[in-house]
Amino acid sequence: MNGVHDMGGQHGMGPIQYEKDEPVFHASWEGRVDALTRAMRAWGKWNMDGGRHALEILPPVDYLRMSYYERWLKRLETEVVKYGFATQPELHTGKPIPGSSKATPPLTIATAARWQSRGIPSSTDPNVRPLFKVGQRVRARNLHPGGHTRLPRYARGKAGVVFRDHGVYVFPDSNAHAQGEKRQHVYSVRFTARELWGEHASARDSVHLDMWDDYLERL
Amino acid sequence: MDGTRRTFLKAAVTAAGAAASPTFAQAQGLERANAVAHQDVPTDLALRVKSLESLLVDKGLVDRAALDALVDTFENKIGPRNGARVIAKAWVDPAYKRRLLADADSAMTELGFTARQGEHMVVIENTRAVHNVVVCTLCSCYPWPVLGLPPVWYKSAPYRSRTVIDPRGVLREFGLELPDDIELRVWDSTAELRYLVLPERPAGTEHMSEGQLAALVTRDAMVGVAKVTMPRLGGHA
Repeated sequence: MNGVHDMGGQHGMGPIQYEKDEPVFHASWEGRVDALTRAMRAWGKWNMDGGRHALEILPPVDYLRMSYYERWLKRLETEVVKYGFATQPELHTGKPIPGSSKATPPLTIATAARWQSRGIPSSTDPNVRPLFKVGQRVRARNLHPGGHTRLPRYARGKAGVVFRDHGVYVFPDSNAHAQGEKRQHVYSVRFTARELWGEHASARDSVHLDMWDDYLERL
Repeated sequence: MDGTRRTFLKAAVTAAGAAASPTFAQAQGLERANAVAHQDVPTDLALRVKSLESLLVDKGLVDRAALDALVDTFENKIGPRNGARVIAKAWVDPAYKRRLLADADSAMTELGFTARQGEHMVVIENTRAVHNVVVCTLCSCYPWPVLGLPPVWYKSAPYRSRTVIDPRGVLREFGLELPDDIELRVWDSTAELRYLVLPERPAGTEHMSEGQLAALVTRDAMVGVAKVTMPRLGGHA
């Protein structure tokens, strides 16, 4: 979706606000939201792509106003209701309705080791053939899907060169909406700064984006 | 929020002795002005989180001890010190550096650092001719197994919007002036690849041990918004 989260190249956001010796969490509630989000993800009801999309569909004014972990809190409150873990009235009172059944959490200290060590999924799959090869000139397709996508607006329609084949990955545009993994190759594609931003950009500079097969066309 | 809920939540928070820090928004960049404009925001957020946690624990959906362990992991166990060890080893061990650049996942696993959420690590090398900087314009993707959770500025609108269109201006704000003849490569983390910059080893560090070198390597240098520098005379080497 062409959301406010797709920030690359926007003007007017102001200077970098750097904090020296910044703590990991600025208040204890931030750490709790982070942990709650990870623990609830262990139920397997939503995936990483769907989780990202849940932030993107926040109203743009809220997205910009909220701090990072406030967005996470809003998302978690929304998802526990959406996926039937709790009702809105329960969320309101912070108490389970009387007589409601008690679940067994998938993530406990005892099972944490299994979650911690499950490893990363393979990115090799000989059955999924790459559509492009390293060194090939490509163009990012001019796509404007209304759902989740990882193709930023600033790269759409721009020409680049395949720099590296990263292997095979789940396609976020379908996976976020439970429409299948559509596994395909992901490449690092190099775009010159001038291709992206025009003649005033530095001739030496470039931006590398990671692109799925479905985002690219031959040039 | 209605009065009943507020009273209940306030009681819950008082019972737990965990009031929100009034300084939570001090580094929130764009969001700061709004947090100041709504003085009740921090308290509201702390109360909402308390309420949500207590509900999910009561329903048996999450385990409080596991939550404590997760917070402890990110506050105390995973952080830029991990990445600094990787960089220092690459500086002193050419064979390790080759493995790191060719297959960062395996090379980092050798040191016990492993991605666990589907990310794959990529290490990109700064040289005398090329400087690299990492951003995630769409959200907050960051090489957390070796750097921990990202700082607020990395997740903020200014960094996300400007690093791709005006990287040299952004670096200048971090105090890094790149000469015109240096090639600058920006890496926008749009997929499940997580980028770590291998900074240049500073001159004059030939005598230093791997441990001493690791102490020089900063988070900012591994994101690419700074270089690794020798401590000034009189500093702590």
